[in-house]
Amino acid sequence: MRNPFVMDCGEFHVNYKQDMALWKISRIRMRIYAIVLLFALFPLVASDYIVGLATLCGIAAIGAIGLNILTGFTGQISIGVGAFLGVGGYTSAILTTTLGLSFWVALPIAGIITALVGALFGIPSLRLKGLYLAIATLAAQVIILFVISRWDSLTGGTAGLVLSRPEIAGFSFISEKSYYYLMFIILVATTLFTLNLFRSRVGRAFIAVRDRDVAAEVIGIDLFKYKVLAFFISSFFVGIAGALLGHYMMVVSPELYSTTVSIEYLAMILVGGLGSVFGSIYGAVFITLLPVILRSVIEVFSGIFPDLAAVLNGLKEVVFGLVIIIFLIYEPHGLAKIWQNIKDYFRLWPFSY
Amino acid sequence: MAFFLQMLVTGIVIGSVYALVALGFVLIYKSSDAINFAQGEFLLVGTYVCLTLISSYNIPFIPALIITLLFSAALGLLIERIVLRSFIGEPIISLIMATIGLSSVLLGLVHIIWGHETKVFPQIFSEEPVKIGSIIVAPVYLWSLAIVIVMLLLFTLFFKYSKMGIAMRATADDQQAAMSMGISVKVIFACSWAIAAVVSAVGGVLIGNINGVNSSLSMIGLKVLPVAILGGLDSIPGAIIGGIIIGVIESMTGGYLDPLVGGGLKEVMPFIILVFILMFKPYGLFGKKEIERV
Repeated sequence: MRNPFVMDCGEFHVNYKQDMALWKISRIRMRIYAIVLLFALFPLVASDYIVGLATLCGIAAIGAIGLNILTGFTGQISIGVGAFLGVGGYTSAILTTTLGLSFWVALPIAGIITALVGALFGIPSLRLKGLYLAIATLAAQVIILFVISRWDSLTGGTAGLVLSRPEIAGFSFISEKSYYYLMFIILVATTLFTLNLFRSRVGRAFIAVRDRDVAAEVIGIDLFKYKVLAFFISSFFVGIAGALLGHYMMVVSPELYSTTVSIEYLAMILVGGLGSVFGSIYGAVFITLLPVILRSVIEVFSGIFPDLAAVLNGLKEVVFGLVIIIFLIYEPHGLAKIWQNIKDYFRLWPFSY
Repeated sequence: MAFFLQMLVTGIVIGSVYALVALGFVLIYKSSDAINFAQGEFLLVGTYVCLTLISSYNIPFIPALIITLLFSAALGLLIERIVLRSFIGEPIISLIMATIGLSSVLLGLVHIIWGHETKVFPQIFSEEPVKIGSIIVAPVYLWSLAIVIVMLLLFTLFFKYSKMGIAMRATADDQQAAMSMGISVKVIFACSWAIAAVVSAVGGVLIGNINGVNSSLSMIGLKVLPVAILGGLDSIPGAIIGGIIIGVIESMTGGYLDPLVGGGLKEVMPFIILVFILMFKPYGLFGKKEIERV
């Protein structure tokens, strides 16, 4: 086998099939398979704690990919992801716990219900853009959360609902490792779907809408249809992530879906890279691990500064905000762009051109 | 009827504080097209600084307020210079996220320095309730209303007659034209952030006197959005009228509808109104309608 780490130095396609391929060179394809294999095998050696963290990162990545479809690719800013996660989580909770349906039926239904709610709140996007849309989605967040916390008979009010882990043919996904694999399969499917979406007519229409929606309309893109569709697809994945998160935590309650969560998801796609599928994953991992890493750093330093542990929560907020601002100032295209730059540097290394 | 009037007065007072905070928000949007999601945190920082000056350093209220305002102005200038100046001409999502990041930093700092507990202002205004006709009003409400009215008057005069105020209006109207007339747009941006921080601090101190101080005060930063949208994002009179309307509606909802649904609707009502405004009249009561061309 040829060295899989050798970089491609240009695109020399001889037919359309090669040009349209998802991963254009066989060596890149091998590399992707190797990375997927690595993540599929690592729970076998890692501890339950690490696998649990990886599961949380993966679930966040599914939601972040969903949000990136809407915000990064279609240009519709949404500050309502937290509430949509909640809709997904609660739908699944009500279907499985209250109505006794199987998880495998409830998961897609949770996705579709969230997608419908998302599309409903996406309807104003035809008239509103940019800032106004962001504020409208923020209002959606506040209103949905209010309905969730007040509709006691359906949602259990502020106490929330209890969920169980999914089961299939007597096998329960109760262990961290089994749930990781469940999440992993859905994450891979989501990633593949989204990568392919943006090679299709619909995906390209989304990008046209982002770049200039009036111009897109002039070349024959039905703005209303595609904007609502973007909200629909995006909210579907957010709903799936919400349901997965609900079944992982085994509880849903209103405070898990506050505005802070929406902001965290926006930060994920910003830090990862707007309009980049893999960027969403990098960002989700980064933002999910940030407080964990911060806590361990503080534990190291707490021997020298004993007061440090007391201010952990405040420090988390400061670091979170600083990360957003620093990324926006120094690398607005996020981690995906940084990774791209590193690869570009090594493409012809050690020759400069 | 007395209950109605009571709710009305409470609403007008709270609404006038919203109007003051929204004024800062609108000012920033007007001059630099930036939306400040950190307005609530400006308010929080100002309130805590004033509280610390009064309770820890035993400074009387008026000097403490003046020091707070100077501090807030400096904070506004500093933040504009360090953070916001990098974002001139950047896409709107960068601006939104930058101010959200800023709000997270400020909130974290407040938590680190002042902790999470609710604190109360020492008695500044007399507790003796004032009777106006059939309704009873706490003096702190009257003082708040008076201070807000004075602030709004001062700002009206500032924008109408002072050189800086006129320059700010010119910049809001047309940045390029203002620049070519020798107005430094950067100074104007800095000035609008300073004013925004100052008005929020005043609003925070007033609300803090009424309700006590904890970090949930920063929620007012979100309440400002319905206010500013209702009045029209780029209209200063709109912010004032919008603030009072939202304040009254909120207070009425708290008085009449909350007992029916079991509480909490008061906080959500402004956002429900917001959705309706955005659906039917996105540019608000007095906002300038944007016409988009390719």
